[in-house]
Amino acid sequence: MTDSKYFTTTKKGEIFELKAELNSDKKEKKKEAVKKVIASMTVGKDVSALFPDVVNCMQTDNLELKKLVYLYLMNYAKSQPDMAIMAVNTFVKDCEDPNPLIRALAVRTMGCIRVDKITEYLCEPLRKCLKDEDPYVRKTAAVCVAKLHDINAQLVEDQGFLDTLKDLISDSNPMVVANAVAALSEIAESHPSSNLLDLNPQSINKLLTALNECTEWGQIFILDCLANYMPKDDREAQSICERVTPRLSHANSAVVLSAVKVLMKFMEMLSKDLDYYGTLLKKLAPPLVTLLSAEPELQYVALRNINLIVQKRPEILKHEMKVFFVKYNDPIYVKLEKLDIMIRLASQANIAQVLAELKEYATEVDVDFVRKAVRAIGRCAIKVEQSAERCVSTLLDLIQTKVNYVVQEAIVVIKDIFRKYPNKYESVIATLCENLDSLDEPEARAAMIWIVGEYAERIDNADELLESFLEGFHDESTQVQLQLLTAIVKLFLKKPTETQELVQQVLSLATQDSDNPDLRDRGYIYWRLLSTDPVAAKEVVLAEKPLISEETDLIEPTLLDELICYIGTLASVYHKPPSAFVEGSRGVVHKGLPPRTGSIESPESPDTAPAGGPAADQPAVIPTQGDLLGDLLNLDLGPPVSGPPMATSTVQMGAVDLLGGGLDTLIGGSGSFTAAPSTTAATNVGAALGSGLGDLFDLTGGVGTLSGSYVAPKTVWLPAMKAKGLEISGTFSRQVGSISMDLVLTNKALQVMSDFAIQFNRNSFGLAPAAPLQVHAPLAPNQSVEISLPLNTVGSVMKMDPLNNLQVAVKNNIDVFYFSTLYPLHILFVEDGKMERQMFLATWKDIPNENETQFQIKDCSLSADAVSSKLQGSNIFTIAKRNVEGQDMLYQSLKLTNGIWVLAELRIQPSNPSFMLSLKCRAPEVSQYIYQAYETILKN
Amino acid sequence: MIHSLFLINCSGDIFLEKHWKSVVSQSVCDYFFEAQEKAIDVENVPPVISTPHHYLISIYRDKIFFVSVIQTEVPPLFVIEFLHRVADTFQDYFGECSETAIKDNVVIVYELLEEMLDNGFPLATESNILKELIKPPTILRSVVNSITGSSNVGDTLPTGQLSNIPWRRAGVKYTNNEAYFDVIEEIDAIIDKSGSTVFAEIQGVIDSCIKLSGMPDLSLSFMNPRLLDDVSFHPCIRFKRWESERVLSFIPPDGNFRLISYRVSSQNLVAIPVYVKHMISFKENTSSGRFDVTIGPKQNMGKTVEGVVMTVHMPKAVLNMNLTATQGSYTFDPVTKVLTWDVGKITPQKLPNLKGMVNLQSGAPKPEENPSLNIQFKIQQLAISGLKVNRLDMYGEKYKPFKGVKYITKAGKFQVRT
Repeated sequence: MTDSKYFTTTKKGEIFELKAELNSDKKEKKKEAVKKVIASMTVGKDVSALFPDVVNCMQTDNLELKKLVYLYLMNYAKSQPDMAIMAVNTFVKDCEDPNPLIRALAVRTMGCIRVDKITEYLCEPLRKCLKDEDPYVRKTAAVCVAKLHDINAQLVEDQGFLDTLKDLISDSNPMVVANAVAALSEIAESHPSSNLLDLNPQSINKLLTALNECTEWGQIFILDCLANYMPKDDREAQSICERVTPRLSHANSAVVLSAVKVLMKFMEMLSKDLDYYGTLLKKLAPPLVTLLSAEPELQYVALRNINLIVQKRPEILKHEMKVFFVKYNDPIYVKLEKLDIMIRLASQANIAQVLAELKEYATEVDVDFVRKAVRAIGRCAIKVEQSAERCVSTLLDLIQTKVNYVVQEAIVVIKDIFRKYPNKYESVIATLCENLDSLDEPEARAAMIWIVGEYAERIDNADELLESFLEGFHDESTQVQLQLLTAIVKLFLKKPTETQELVQQVLSLATQDSDNPDLRDRGYIYWRLLSTDPVAAKEVVLAEKPLISEETDLIEPTLLDELICYIGTLASVYHKPPSAFVEGSRGVVHKGLPPRTGSIESPESPDTAPAGGPAADQPAVIPTQGDLLGDLLNLDLGPPVSGPPMATSTVQMGAVDLLGGGLDTLIGGSGSFTAAPSTTAATNVGAALGSGLGDLFDLTGGVGTLSGSYVAPKTVWLPAMKAKGLEISGTFSRQVGSISMDLVLTNKALQVMSDFAIQFNRNSFGLAPAAPLQVHAPLAPNQSVEISLPLNTVGSVMKMDPLNNLQVAVKNNIDVFYFSTLYPLHILFVEDGKMERQMFLATWKDIPNENETQFQIKDCSLSADAVSSKLQGSNIFTIAKRNVEGQDMLYQSLKLTNGIWVLAELRIQPSNPSFMLSLKCRAPEVSQYIYQAYETILKN
Repeated sequence: MIHSLFLINCSGDIFLEKHWKSVVSQSVCDYFFEAQEKAIDVENVPPVISTPHHYLISIYRDKIFFVSVIQTEVPPLFVIEFLHRVADTFQDYFGECSETAIKDNVVIVYELLEEMLDNGFPLATESNILKELIKPPTILRSVVNSITGSSNVGDTLPTGQLSNIPWRRAGVKYTNNEAYFDVIEEIDAIIDKSGSTVFAEIQGVIDSCIKLSGMPDLSLSFMNPRLLDDVSFHPCIRFKRWESERVLSFIPPDGNFRLISYRVSSQNLVAIPVYVKHMISFKENTSSGRFDVTIGPKQNMGKTVEGVVMTVHMPKAVLNMNLTATQGSYTFDPVTKVLTWDVGKITPQKLPNLKGMVNLQSGAPKPEENPSLNIQFKIQQLAISGLKVNRLDMYGEKYKPFKGVKYITKAGKFQVRT
């Protein structure tokens, strides 16, 4: 009596048989027939030919039959839109059925039929169902809005369903609330700009109440929605945290992880001195550990998220190392993740345990896992200095096993250990050399060659060893070839007498017989270096190497902060921001952790600084929208930006979204800047000249600003406190048609600063540096340097709010810093901004009156002529002057760098110190800034 | 949200597909098959796979892959939890979650899936509610249905669906009112070569079988609730009462369900009930090796350790094993290289021992890795953490229920390294 019987009739003519049965008078036979049809459908057989017959069965009192027909309809309506219309009447009728189950079922099914003609009929029943007295129907209808939005977004907006949906957030039934939130979240995803989920303290309160009562799935939706809310201060954040914490004990792991997300995010706002902060940290550990006892798939996702959490707040799990120990029958994907986290948690306190474990893993069966374990031992050595010795001896033990891939992997990591602790463990070189022949992977060979070259003076037969590699030079991979070339040159510089022949051989191999441009170039450079000045060559090739950083694999802090906001989602599994991979996410809103805005914190604490001065004049420091943030994963800033992000987090956090796609060019720029020291000489002169000229004009500026516009005094843009000791103050100026940014960089730190570079975010007028930032000598502590940075307006354009906001990133050897400033618009007034009289009249008339804006300039006691000449200095040209009833009327024009013309009428009454300014422009949004420019020019 | 679901068996046939939005072609599963091929072992297929247009999130249960297709950013845990819930529901309805069971009940499966998810949003996943909507198949019912023409689809709104206690249906009636609690603890441990404990913790659950009429309000208290500091609760439990009084207070769902699960991890609390003495060595020149393992009881609080089974994944180079067991029987599968020794009960007077020779493939190098021993055991009437139920009180109903508590300790992932 099982359903498998429905699959058996596969003979020809089946469709006809079914058709006959569907039209049978007997109810039972009909139902059986529909079941057969459904069964065929599930395995992908085409039974669409039966459409009219199946639809005929729809009008029935039997709920099962009805459901089955609905199932069929959903599947085939798309391919038979005309036929599907036949079903509409029944749907509409069912939507009024006294049984709520049937009402809900009808509206649910209608939403699933993706046929335009049917959706039109759906609107009315849906509207009724959204207000149905039965919550079951309302909650079904809420989801239906999301479905309809997916099919026809415009229709949903026109019909006002979105508002009804928003009202449902305040519904009395928690299930309805949860579904409304879920539907709104889904709609909002395809509509990033709309403020669908506009949360305020009241709605948050409603959500929190619903959270306690709705189903587990509803809790997930609500928690995810809460995570997007930005509490106004730390008290609110704390109270939300308190109400979310019970969710950590939920049996559903998705609920737990969503709760963790909310807590991790809002915790950012809590002061670390708070008792509650400590309590919260303690509460987070057990649920995370519990996730690891679930099914392997859940473990995997949990581990990927724990990886992020451990990087952000290592203190949470620092005592839980043991739960990450690998069991031999864990799936490989779980093993690899656990290993990663073990290394992150490794510290002096637990290193002995960790090493013992890692050594155990290195004898496992799975090759990938073993390799990673060996590598992990090396990373421990680099991370925990005290353990280095033990790590090295462990590695040597492993090399003794002679298992090929273990040996190779060990050699690769030992190379790194050498770089971290120079002149400490070289005694092991002899052991390494014994294994030379067994190395067959390029990475291991390259590492070994590097070691031989670097320590050539201690290896008696270094020349023989390298020579043996040289025999098969052309069969090696590029990596090995490059390393071999360098190693032999090193050897030559150390033991010039015996190895001349060898070095000539390798140079000719690299330069003459190779097709690889990298190799050839490196060969030529060495050749020339050696032939012109061997002493210089020695300095270059045998230069002291910088120590390698401890944590090369940490996620970049700004990205980490963004990912913390995406805990529990796909982004957290891939460790990439959603914009980097989710399809169709045009202009995804970037999330950032909230800054710490303590209401009870002491003002001395540096963390609170942003609340004061700079934050006030940078209202738009965090642009919320934008496709700015490119794939940050690929960012690899020249000098490693490592170190714990904790202390500076407030500063960086503010700038999370500031990193435009433009950062790529920052890196490009800084790269060429450091790489080409010889070419900078020429531009140096130019820049110096430029700044000299600027100074000159500054002097004359007060007398008669004929050729340069008004320059505001310098203000502090980036206080030293926020930029690890770098203070930047500056202003903007315009001289003879060129704009420049005059900067004073002051080093208030205790270390020398160098490697400066600057980059602007995209802005309204495309302002961009015309030349790289030239700081000639490293900036010593307590020194400052004045620089004039020439700007142009050919950069990429993005409208900012306020319009004249400019976001700037400055890099030095210490870090990258971000600040934003407002530039006066008059630096954009071009010299040919004088309009012909006729043209002026025509244009004035042409621009509609709505575009006219009036302003009052108060307390200005200049005469009309003085005003006119003063404005002319800043490229605002007076075209005509009239005297009407004792008032002086000045008609003026100006043009912006992007070609926007602005016409002005300035009314001056001799007795009244207030001027009336009327501005007309085709782009009225600039008017306000023009007015500001007028005011600054006239008042200075 | 969840877009589609494919059920795939071990031989790679897609035997069921269900779409909640538009239809996604079966070809999307090719990416899954690719990953499956790469993973070699079925258990190693990564749970999240990205394809150019979709993401595939899968679980592997009872020899079936549940592969779901998603298109937008969705919490993967949400999907995985849901898939497990689907598998649980099949298990619940058909007694087993197998390809045959699903094919035999394909219409019910379809009805269930339709009821569980709407447009990718979970709708009803509580088994109590589902059973009111769609009645599970029984032989009796199918006979009755075919005679009376009635169906197995409920035509009234499930009562629990919208109440504040969605997990319980109204109007439950039993002639015998019973409430049973099973405290089940599993020990996860890694023991190293020398016999010291590398890692040990207890995963405990309290599974309940509640058959009580009406709307009973239960509270369960423990002798030593302090043990429970990391607990996950069934939604029915009132969190506030637990926080303040350490009492589990709840209106239970009807039937079988998991009340809480908990974890005890502090090392001193985790007693290891067995020890293993082992000597496994391989000799290169003679292509043979020795194998000698003894299992003995320790710290078992006077209870018998029973149902002991040891499984060992021997290295690939092992061809065969010639062993003698002083107790129980052993098998060695030369294909999968798995040695299984079914020991049974351990009597402290005569410790079970298994020893003998290992034949290695001649000429092959001596295996590098030492196999780990995986041990299973059971101890009845003991919760190894020491957790004890104090009392169960019932409010809200007049009758006197029959109450029972059972304790059992089992080995979870219990591994001994050699």
